[in-house]
Amino acid sequence: MHRREAPLRPNGGAAIRLAHVRKHYPGAAQAAVGDLSLDVPEGEVVVLVGPSGCGKTTVLKMVNRLVEPTAGEIHVLGEDVRSVAAPVLRRRIGYVIQQIGLFPHRTVEANVATVPRLLGWDRRRIRDRVAELVELVGLDPALLQRYPSELSGGQQQRVGVARALAADPPILLMDEPYSAVDPIVRARLQDELLALQRRLHKTIVLVTHDVDEAIKLGDRVAILNVGGVLAQYAPPAELLRAPADDFVAAFLGSERGLKLLSLVTVGQVASIEGPVVDGDVTPGEAAAVMRRFGVDWVGVRAGGRLVGWVADRDLDGRRRVADAPAQPFNAALRPDTTLREALDVLINSRTRVAVLVDDDHRYLGMLTVDQIAEGLR
Amino acid sequence: MTIAHDVVEWFTDPEQWEGTFGIPHRTFEHVQISAVSLLAAFALAVPVGVTLGHLRRGGGTAAVIANIGRAVPSFGVLVLMIQFFGIGAGPTFVALVLLAVPPMLTNAYVGVAGVPDGVRDAARGMGLTPWQVLWRVELPVASPVLMAGVRTAAVTVVATASLAAVVAWGGLGRFVVDGIAQRDEAQTFGGAILIAALAMVTELFLAGIQRLVVPAPLRSRTGSVRRAARAAQPELRPADQAPGRDRGQGP
Amino acid sequence: MRALANGPDSWIWWEWVGDHLDDIAASTREHVLLTAVSVGIGLVISFPLALAVRRWPALSLPVLWAAGAMYAVPSLALFGILVPVTGLTRTTAVIPLVTYTLLILVRNIVTGLDGVPRDVRESAAGMGYTGTGRFLRVDLPLAVPTILAGVRVATVSTIALVTVTAVIGQDSLGQLILDGLNRDFRTPLVVGIGLTVALAVTAEVALLGVERVVTPWARRRR
Repeated sequence: MHRREAPLRPNGGAAIRLAHVRKHYPGAAQAAVGDLSLDVPEGEVVVLVGPSGCGKTTVLKMVNRLVEPTAGEIHVLGEDVRSVAAPVLRRRIGYVIQQIGLFPHRTVEANVATVPRLLGWDRRRIRDRVAELVELVGLDPALLQRYPSELSGGQQQRVGVARALAADPPILLMDEPYSAVDPIVRARLQDELLALQRRLHKTIVLVTHDVDEAIKLGDRVAILNVGGVLAQYAPPAELLRAPADDFVAAFLGSERGLKLLSLVTVGQVASIEGPVVDGDVTPGEAAAVMRRFGVDWVGVRAGGRLVGWVADRDLDGRRRVADAPAQPFNAALRPDTTLREALDVLINSRTRVAVLVDDDHRYLGMLTVDQIAEGLR
Repeated sequence: MTIAHDVVEWFTDPEQWEGTFGIPHRTFEHVQISAVSLLAAFALAVPVGVTLGHLRRGGGTAAVIANIGRAVPSFGVLVLMIQFFGIGAGPTFVALVLLAVPPMLTNAYVGVAGVPDGVRDAARGMGLTPWQVLWRVELPVASPVLMAGVRTAAVTVVATASLAAVVAWGGLGRFVVDGIAQRDEAQTFGGAILIAALAMVTELFLAGIQRLVVPAPLRSRTGSVRRAARAAQPELRPADQAPGRDRGQGP
Repeated sequence: MRALANGPDSWIWWEWVGDHLDDIAASTREHVLLTAVSVGIGLVISFPLALAVRRWPALSLPVLWAAGAMYAVPSLALFGILVPVTGLTRTTAVIPLVTYTLLILVRNIVTGLDGVPRDVRESAAGMGYTGTGRFLRVDLPLAVPTILAGVRVATVSTIALVTVTAVIGQDSLGQLILDGLNRDFRTPLVVGIGLTVALAVTAEVALLGVERVVTPWARRRR
């Protein structure tokens, strides 16, 4: 689940490229978007986020030409968007909006089939594709013959996504897709999108005003300031670690460290060897290790696995450390555990350390609060 | 019960059923002028209303037209047209068209302009051409409101066409007007029954058309009643939905 | 243009108007009276009907269907049906006018009362309002804007419709129109139409004003 953090390719490779794009609405005092250049790498989720008036939706709508730029160039998959008729361009780009905009007079099935029908697919192909999509977005096939007004908000959202994906467009534009649903459904839909993206590897541009949503969903986040000025464009962890300026810092909020906790994984942090000994060492050797780490317990290892820990006082009179009763660590971390969960484990741990193991339960190291703090730098 | 007897006699008199003054011809006149006026008004009003609605321009004008349509007495319009065009089918036709235009124009406007932004944006964003957006999305979604306008206009037209007898034209109103003038109650009552029957048939006919035209999920059952009255709140509301309308000019 | 020269043939001949101010005033009074009586009776009938529809939802369809059907019947037909029964009287004029208001009024009363938000109703119940008290203090005031909108539409429509009663010999501004028609004399025609429209506009504006005064809480929303 690690975010790809490939550097921006200097040339080509971008699925969407905006070059010096400006948009000035007639009669507006200020440009909605002023000289924006942005590359969206193929297969990534790029989130445009910013306060209202930052032109994020305008940027999105310029990609599928619902809004025409005043100046500059936009390329989609290497092609200037102006070189094809707008409707043709749009049929190649999935589009999901906050209001969803399902057609009230058509069944769910007909809604999903909109673009394939426009493209003249034959009936059978459309039917098969609809069945596939319904499964993909997790809809009950029984809903296909229903009308949009008969669906819940969450179901409508899924239909909206299925409809946008119908003709398998390589690019998906999403304009505040989750703003209208309640927080619980929103969190679930966000998780579903991430799961979907792991299967589909679309290029997704998502607009939101919710910085947490941006951090959660984006491989890369573009923070826009009022007037469509790009304040910073970076992977979320980088934004949180090093905001480019005060605006970005303020926009990310006061709990940057906490947000970063849920973003950085244990695997990305240097762990320590920790006070660990093999089971067949003597209590004296163990005591030396404990002294070195300044603790009154020691971890016991057997064949590459960590069995548990033994307290200093329980070692009295034993021949080997393994003879003392070992107590289990209350939780083991995996490399993909977030620092947030790791911290939670640490706080609840009597030993004030968290144990890190791999998928085969092999001991990898230990984490203390110090390592977590280090990882946030 | 003599009146009932007289009415039956009036209806069964063979003379009633033949010639220019007979029931069939009067009915034909009535239906013909109503149909032609409605079609003409439809051709005039709906394209304008739909275009304005599509562009979302001229909402104020549409509201003014709707209000004028409601405030101006149809009887007065009919008489006024005679001042302009003399007596006959011509002025009646013009008056009927003038009266049918406001509800159709307003409802076409309100119906199309009322298509939710999200639905329009989604349609465009998916690559429907402007024509496709109009024909496949805006018109079907607007159709219940549009049809309600047509039905309102039809009620007005059928009713006003019967008033045309007052201004010396034919149609079924002839029997009522002459009946009142001649104190012939059987003729008055018989003519009234015929007009009422024609109005009912028109209602049923248009209800049938509405069923054909309006997509199933947008068809109104009792819900229409609620929606209709909700629409009666803002200044610019559609001339309303089945089963009845609120643009009381009709009868 | 001939219309500008003031005389019997012009669109409006002021001298005739001056000479007939009393007649015009009388017709206007009668017009207002017919309208007020019709809408008033309409309200008296609509309220219990609407309450019945709300209490027994099964009634909703037949009641509204019947009102809708009556609405589609042309006034001339209703007059024609009534003349043999009630003669050329004011009763004959008022019955159809009342009939036409029913659809609009019943519908708006039902919708207005249905439109009271459930949470408002529940919190009113929570504060100890019961039955009639809650209806009069909470439901009804909140339904007033919708009901008044119905009254407004019904009134304006009725004003236009009253002109038709001239056909059965009732005095109203319609009588001026008919007079103009029969004598091929434009002045009463123009005065009749003009005053009818003026009445309709006045009623519209006045009732909008009443809505604003009666529902101060809704004013901000405009």
